[in-house]
Amino acid sequence: MTEPLLSELKRSGRVGHALPAGDVPEAEQLPEGLRRERLDLPELSESQVVRHFVHLSSMNYGVDTGFYPLGSCTMKYNPKFSEEIARWPGFAAIHPFQPEKTAQGALRLMYELQRLLGEITGLPAVTLQPSAGAHGELTGMLMVRAYHQHRGDRKRTKVLIPDSAHGTNPATATMCGYSTVPLKSDNRGNVDLEALRALVDEETAALMLTMPNTLGLFDEHMLEIAEIVHSAGALLYGDGANLNALLGIAKPADLGFDVLHINLHKTFATPHGGGGPGAGPVAAREFMAAYLPVPVVKRRDEGGRGDARGGEGGGAPGPAADLGSYCLSWEVPHTIGQVRSFYGSFGVLVRAYAYIRALGADGLRKVGENAILNANYLRVRLQQAYEVPYPRPCMHEFVLSGRRQKAVGVRTLDIAKRLIDFGYHPPTVYFPLIVEEAMMVEPTETESKETLDAFADAMLAIAREAEEKPEVVREAPVTTVIGRLDEAAAARQPKLHW
Amino acid sequence: MPNTDQDRQLMLRTIGVESLDDLIQVIPAQVRYPRLDLPEPLTEMELMAELRSMAEENTDAEHFSYFLGAGSYHHHVPAAVSQLLLRSELYTAYTPYQPEISQGTLQAAFEFQSMICSLMGMEVSNASMYDGATAMAEAALMAVAATRRDKVVVSGRVHPQYMSVLNSYMSSRGVKVVASSVGCRDGMVVEDDLAALLASDSACCIVQQPDFLGGVRDLSRLADRTHEVGALFIISADPISLGMLKSPGEWGADIAVGEGQGLGAPMSYGGPYLGLLATRERLVRLMPGRLVGEAYDHRGRRGFVLTLQAREQHIRREKATSNICTSEQLLATGAAIYLALLGPGGLRQVAKLCYDKAHHAASRIASVDGYQIVDAGPFFNEFVVHCPLPPAEVNQLLLEDKIVGGYDLSGFGPGFEDCMLLCATETNTATQIDALVGALAKAAATTGGTR
Repeated sequence: MTEPLLSELKRSGRVGHALPAGDVPEAEQLPEGLRRERLDLPELSESQVVRHFVHLSSMNYGVDTGFYPLGSCTMKYNPKFSEEIARWPGFAAIHPFQPEKTAQGALRLMYELQRLLGEITGLPAVTLQPSAGAHGELTGMLMVRAYHQHRGDRKRTKVLIPDSAHGTNPATATMCGYSTVPLKSDNRGNVDLEALRALVDEETAALMLTMPNTLGLFDEHMLEIAEIVHSAGALLYGDGANLNALLGIAKPADLGFDVLHINLHKTFATPHGGGGPGAGPVAAREFMAAYLPVPVVKRRDEGGRGDARGGEGGGAPGPAADLGSYCLSWEVPHTIGQVRSFYGSFGVLVRAYAYIRALGADGLRKVGENAILNANYLRVRLQQAYEVPYPRPCMHEFVLSGRRQKAVGVRTLDIAKRLIDFGYHPPTVYFPLIVEEAMMVEPTETESKETLDAFADAMLAIAREAEEKPEVVREAPVTTVIGRLDEAAAARQPKLHW
Repeated sequence: MPNTDQDRQLMLRTIGVESLDDLIQVIPAQVRYPRLDLPEPLTEMELMAELRSMAEENTDAEHFSYFLGAGSYHHHVPAAVSQLLLRSELYTAYTPYQPEISQGTLQAAFEFQSMICSLMGMEVSNASMYDGATAMAEAALMAVAATRRDKVVVSGRVHPQYMSVLNSYMSSRGVKVVASSVGCRDGMVVEDDLAALLASDSACCIVQQPDFLGGVRDLSRLADRTHEVGALFIISADPISLGMLKSPGEWGADIAVGEGQGLGAPMSYGGPYLGLLATRERLVRLMPGRLVGEAYDHRGRRGFVLTLQAREQHIRREKATSNICTSEQLLATGAAIYLALLGPGGLRQVAKLCYDKAHHAASRIASVDGYQIVDAGPFFNEFVVHCPLPPAEVNQLLLEDKIVGGYDLSGFGPGFEDCMLLCATETNTATQIDALVGALAKAAATTGGTR
């Protein structure tokens, strides 16, 4: 059953939330010209609202519902302790401008998270400010730009981007004022080294590279790529969407990356919320620290002055400002400025910090290892029925092609929809763009062998259906509240509100 | 991690390798398995004890009364909002790429868009931006694209951090940001300044209403002037204030943006927050971010899908309107729940309580020796107070009475030395206001002789 809209449930006079009567004298009204007359919002009771959103939630599928192998998105289990901790008043009911001495716990948490992320990546200059992966890209690439400009190197106008990259990479380069140059992949799923050598030059600002790449493959020439990029005076930007595969297994710094964004809502198990909030901290080499967005969290004995920017902190250092205390430092010599208000998605940072502290170094390495093991196991189980375009060990995810099924009239989209009938969230489909009928499968480390086996059985059953009764696959899903929606018609005549 | 050692052995055998190491030979041996210097792992019980001690180092709004706003507000969050957001089908889902199993997220987003349109007086809203500051910057980029001009005119009375973010976003695009003065303490020259700065090369005029100092202005002449030069008028509005104030649409805005944190999200030390961005239908194809639209299946059943995706990075890549992907959907869902619970009457009431309490606090403070209300005309729930000693010192003293005071305006601009921006919301009681007034008087008295 679909659910009516709030606007279809309303009845004039209903109230869902009572407010206290005023306990102060009524003030004189604003001049009439400043006041609004009409305010159209639905009128509902609290129980109606609650049932409505509970019904809506039952029409959704989350990681807690079942297996969610959405490639590139790292849909791992989100630990419940984080949800409790982030809601404690000491974290949730604190104001970003309250005096620093009254927010030492929050600042310490951010300071320590900066250090933990620096250690995990090997890139010690960390900002926690960006709100999502793409926002981290923007921040990191603005830092790249500031680096070149500060050196007086103004001719670097282009950014190289592999053809397998996420769409956010070229979109980010554009937002930073760069032109983009696509870089092709070789037939083993690596960056084509010859193409790279031919394209990289003194006009290249950076190569934006995802590692492992979006095929789930670790590049066989990783260190050579870094060498080529660096010898041209360009920087190596890391899209950290796939960092889960490297946890405890390799530090991005050791692979040659200069700047990297990290998706806390992927690698570090903070829930995705159906499309955010996320957090996209950026970690960079020490020589990039001068370009970080402000503010950064410092300890006073490291030269942090804090509360220094004409009242940004709202309080004087005061007697409690001992050297071991933490502060927001606005003193970054060539900062790119702020990229959002305040200091970042603090509630998300709390969850990621809790996750890292729960696991420790051994735990993080096991995350990486089990993510790789689970992906390879599924890959091998599925290769009998689906084409694996790059048949070599993968990292935390792998890409299948639905070409064989397409030949019998069943598209990747159909397979995805049929998986829904089997109770699974489909993989990422039609990405990366360089694989025809792509299905990108990322099981993550938090799934058991039984789950993987059951999923593999479903995929194999669908492959058989595609051969024997393709209409069943093409008509899927049949178990959901709603069938396939006509997206083309929706885009032709968009209806974007009630 | 559920796999047992035995599971792992079976899996390795199926894969056809001896050990996990065989799977990662492609990673150069010299960088493989680095040592990580991290603290020892903690069980849930240990972790909670450790984090509890961190949380307790912070002063919070359950134990202190807050008169601090400046872009982040302590409003009451109805229990039903918090409870519903714990439905894990909602919070553990990804972006709704598969509409058949994402109708919860999608319909909530559609409802959010609808109510934001109504609140802002606009025709289209997206499903969220990161926060109020980035929403403002992205709106400026929309205006640059719509007008093909590269100068952005902005009021000096927008939030200083929004100004900073605007500069970060514009500088790499070669767009010039021209800011008006912050205005004098009790004058209204900001609008005149802005009008004078607008010219035929201006892409837009950006103002905040209520402005950073809480002031509410008649924007109709500025809107006209902006449109005369062919620029877009952008208003950043606090959605709670829209329970009382004329909407951006009524003022003639082409794009309305704002910070939606007040709609059911806690202050949370500045994030995650909720960027609002709404506009006119003619600009829809220049919008950044996700848009949810109505759609039908083959049996005629209504549902919702992500739509007009040809604007977005995963389709258009370097030609996309923005690089934004993940935004703030869960907070948008929370805002939809909040607005549905309050309804028009409730939102008007919250706005009126904020307004009445702030005006009561202002008139009480005006009568305390040493403090003056800086009168800049009508205001909503924030106002400027000139203090007899530096605001940072006032705040320090207020803490002794369990009060978190206002935002220190000393660095805001000329004329605002020793000024503080105070805020009241529906959560501040008359008793708290009495205590604030008493503590301010005490602060003036105890240190009055030193200056």
